[in-house]
Amino acid sequence: MNAKSLILAAAVALGTTAAAHAEWTTVRIGTEGAYPPFNYVDSDGQLRGFDLDIARALCEQMNVTCEFVAQDWDGIIPGLVAGRYDAIIASMSITPERLEQVDFSDKYYQTPARFAARRGSDITDTSPEAMAGRVIGAQSSTVSANFLEDIYTSSEIRLYATQDEANLDLAAGRLDAVFADSIVLYEWLEKTDDGSCCEFVGDAYADEEYFGTGVGIALRKEDDDLREMFNAALAEILANGTYERINAEYFPFSIY
Amino acid sequence: MALNDMGPPDLKRAERRTRLFMIFLGLVFLATFLTILDWNLLERYGPRFLRGVGVTFKLVLISVGIGSAVALPVALARLSANRLVNNLALGYITFFRGTPLLAQLFLVYYGTGQFREAMEAVNLWWFFRDPFFCAALTFTLNTTAYQAEILRGAIQSVPKGQWEAGHALGLSRAVTFLKVILPQAYIIALRPLGNELILMIKGSAVASVVTVFDIMGTTRLAFSRSFDFQVYLWAAVLYLFIVETIRIAWSFIERRLTRHLRVSRS
Repeated sequence: MNAKSLILAAAVALGTTAAAHAEWTTVRIGTEGAYPPFNYVDSDGQLRGFDLDIARALCEQMNVTCEFVAQDWDGIIPGLVAGRYDAIIASMSITPERLEQVDFSDKYYQTPARFAARRGSDITDTSPEAMAGRVIGAQSSTVSANFLEDIYTSSEIRLYATQDEANLDLAAGRLDAVFADSIVLYEWLEKTDDGSCCEFVGDAYADEEYFGTGVGIALRKEDDDLREMFNAALAEILANGTYERINAEYFPFSIY
Repeated sequence: MALNDMGPPDLKRAERRTRLFMIFLGLVFLATFLTILDWNLLERYGPRFLRGVGVTFKLVLISVGIGSAVALPVALARLSANRLVNNLALGYITFFRGTPLLAQLFLVYYGTGQFREAMEAVNLWWFFRDPFFCAALTFTLNTTAYQAEILRGAIQSVPKGQWEAGHALGLSRAVTFLKVILPQAYIIALRPLGNELILMIKGSAVASVVTVFDIMGTTRLAFSRSFDFQVYLWAAVLYLFIVETIRIAWSFIERRLTRHLRVSRS
């Protein structure tokens, strides 16, 4: 193959990918796979969870093929920007800080964040003053971590790569409390053996400046067409009862 | 180093040219670095990075310091004729040199977390509760194994004749070892021990995965808020600066300590 035909071949290849993008026949979706019950890898190695079911319903609605990519949480936004996948469906809250990097679809659920502590601990008040000097764990790069970093300045904040690791350290007694999404904590506290060590304490937090306006699908800023497709599909599955059915499979109450 | 100092003049000139080129490259790199440097980001995270440098230093100094003290008895155990002692030392060294530092850290950190009650019973939980202590302990165990192996090799590579000379002078084995063999062994071990220190500084970055805010931990925190990859560049430059400083200082120390050898050779 000479240089000219090589360039030609490259141009053809580029042309086809550009065309595929314009029509969106295949959408690659990045997710974390370590955030039960929203997204996790089951014992068969399959990605499962609420996020995944919603994503599949949306893809079906949009009539596109979806491929899922598992990506560590810390690198999930850079991975989207770098083009490793086209959308993030991984329980990501829509926050002003993230909106500087990426765009979001409309929200597809919204839940507050809460503290959990070991059963029988003396924590009742979770205000920054009452938590001063205590050790609080959270997952790094999350709205919960940012909230703790900025507001709980007199507490010691420890940041973990996954929520599971923070939970493990709470159970082991290295942490006085963990702070995370209430549903994720609920799942751990109520449905796992390890979680029986601990319980919810204090109020629920939903301060918009930190926790944003719900959880959305993150997209590259230039992919307006894809965002419109996701928004339309989202409205459709909310209207036709698909969302409600998926919601009921996971939670006995609406999380929209 | 020692050889180059005595090399023919044109070799020296070549070395000077290489050095000038390196300085030039360094300046180009520095200029590039300064142009892309985000001062707002630096203002926001700079102080935390400095604290991170402090934590990294503390971790490395504690582990390498304690390690260097414990490595000698372990090296002696490896040289011991007693098979039990020898095998114990061999087992310890094999384990810590044969498994990844990250795995060792997880083993200590999450392993002890599973045995909290037992730890509390023997009053050790206060130690293992703290991620910094867990990291310092793991690094100490790891670097001790490497340093012991370096020392063992160095002691064994001191010529047999030195032992015989000591014996001929009527020195006891203990005195021969302490006054004749060991100083020469340390000179042989100097270079690899310096390498071990440098490896430890870079290896200490794994402490960030158990929530220690060392240089790497701070970098990850800054990245998680800013998503600006230049913070990783800052970390790289910081590590590079520290490692180069130590390398140059170590090289100077080595030249001082071995100057009698060079004089005798010329």
